[in-house]
Amino acid sequence: MFPSPLLSVKQLYTGFFETGILTVALTESMQRIAIGFTLAVIIGSILGILIGTSKLADETLGTLVIALQSVPSIVWLPLALVMFHGGAAAILFVVVLGGTWPMTMNMRMGIKNVQPILIRAARTMGYNRTELIWKVMIPASIPSALTGARLAWAFAWRALMAAELIGRGGLGRTLMDARDFFNMEMVIAIMIIISVIGLVMEYFVFSKIEKRVLSRWGLAK
Amino acid sequence: MEQVLIKKVEKTFENKEKKQSFTVFDDINLTVNPGEFLSLLGPSGCGKSTLLNIIAGLDQATNGEVYVGEKLIKTPGSDRGVVFQEAALMPWMSVIENVMFALRKKMKKEEAKEHAKKYLKLVHLSKFMNSYPHELSGGMKQRVSIARALAMDPKILLMDEPFGALDEQTRSMLHREVQYIWEETKKTIVFVTHNIREAIMLSDRIVLMGTRPGGIRKIYDVTIPRPRVITSPEFVKLEEDIMSILGGEIEKVMREEMGDDFNSKKASLLYGTNNNMGDNI
Ligand SMILES: Nc1ncnc2c1ncn2[C@@H]1O[C@H](COP(=O)(O)OP(=O)(O)OP(=O)(O)O)[C@@H](O)[C@H]1O
Ligand SMILES: [Mg+2]
Repeated sequence: MFPSPLLSVKQLYTGFFETGILTVALTESMQRIAIGFTLAVIIGSILGILIGTSKLADETLGTLVIALQSVPSIVWLPLALVMFHGGAAAILFVVVLGGTWPMTMNMRMGIKNVQPILIRAARTMGYNRTELIWKVMIPASIPSALTGARLAWAFAWRALMAAELIGRGGLGRTLMDARDFFNMEMVIAIMIIISVIGLVMEYFVFSKIEKRVLSRWGLAK
Repeated sequence: MEQVLIKKVEKTFENKEKKQSFTVFDDINLTVNPGEFLSLLGPSGCGKSTLLNIIAGLDQATNGEVYVGEKLIKTPGSDRGVVFQEAALMPWMSVIENVMFALRKKMKKEEAKEHAKKYLKLVHLSKFMNSYPHELSGGMKQRVSIARALAMDPKILLMDEPFGALDEQTRSMLHREVQYIWEETKKTIVFVTHNIREAIMLSDRIVLMGTRPGGIRKIYDVTIPRPRVITSPEFVKLEEDIMSILGGEIEKVMREEMGDDFNSKKASLLYGTNNNMGDNI
């Protein structure tokens, strides 16, 4: 019953170069994660900067974020399907939600942990509060923001796969279709793609950028 | 060159939660003359940094006023350059970008760059212009920080234990450098230290501060001709004079902090009673 690895590799070949099923599915998933991740980073950064710089925002919005953060984003899918009349928008919503909270929390931490002495030094040079945020606090938080982005990607990717298993299109849906046809080799083939993408992004792309930034910021070990 | 006038300055920290307040000092009166090199010397916690921060405008006096020239100080401003104990350089900026950062409020990029180069040359760091802070030694970072403060061409240079974290050799090298800069630029300098020798080495006047009640204990004019030698009789004499008063102040602080554990004999062994004292506190 357990599918043979060799046949799975063959399925990969057919899926990409003969039928094109996998190419279509992969393209769709990649588009979704690209849009979802970008939105999560943008929204998360704005929220993080806001609650990191304003005490009032931290006590209100910040508390809300902490509460929402503990809800796995996939739990929102049923509600999102109703809210967005099913389909693509609902999946995107879940993906964005998955990535936004870790981005927000890390951005907030970065802003909160800026060394006060840097802010004092910049104040002696005549920078006002808005300039301090843009020119000192945000740049100083880049390493933390990057960790946030890496986590946001990981959460968003997992959320996307979960949502696609239930929803429509992409690698997740294709995996479910393959299961319905008892094509276990194809199921394994798709699982391979999913994990390879996860690995490449987390261990090559993000850890490379992180290394570079950390060494520039003088934080590398 | 500009004068600093400190008039009846009081600083009280309020602790809102415990409804307590703590007065660091309540009546500081002091005039720093134009072009003068003045040191604030005193035991830990006597309010040296607090006073410096008030002059810098980073902190507000509870009562009283500080004037730089004619101007009443309320906020920080580029007429006062500040050098902190930690270099406080922006880690994501190169050395020259750090110096330019202090100038960008006033000049265009190209002009700022030329200006920054000039000041990096003054502190002998032209070769490291494009390095990043984490690639520099502590002494070099501190020199960048000095260049950055000077580049704004402030009237007053405020330095809070700028060499406190450096080793002896680097420190004495920087003493020569600061003297050179002071002679070149003719800035009015207020220099915080708790090292007696450092104070005597550099200053025209030394303001000795104490705690409980906080305030100015005594002001010494240092008339020893420059360059000063720490083994010269006048130097040793002044060091002992200052030590005799500062020693009592330090004992007061230690007794306060340690309570019954304080043992005067042991402390005098730890901290020395003779002219080595300046190195140890
Ligand atoms: N933000 C603050 N809130 C409450 N108390 C403070 C605050 N800042 C300083 N103090 C108190 O004010 C006193 C003076 O502090 P300050 O830092 O000026 O001392 P200092 O002379 O610079 O000491 P050191 O040589 O250790 O740097 C200390 O007793 C300190 O505990
Ligand atoms: Mg201090």
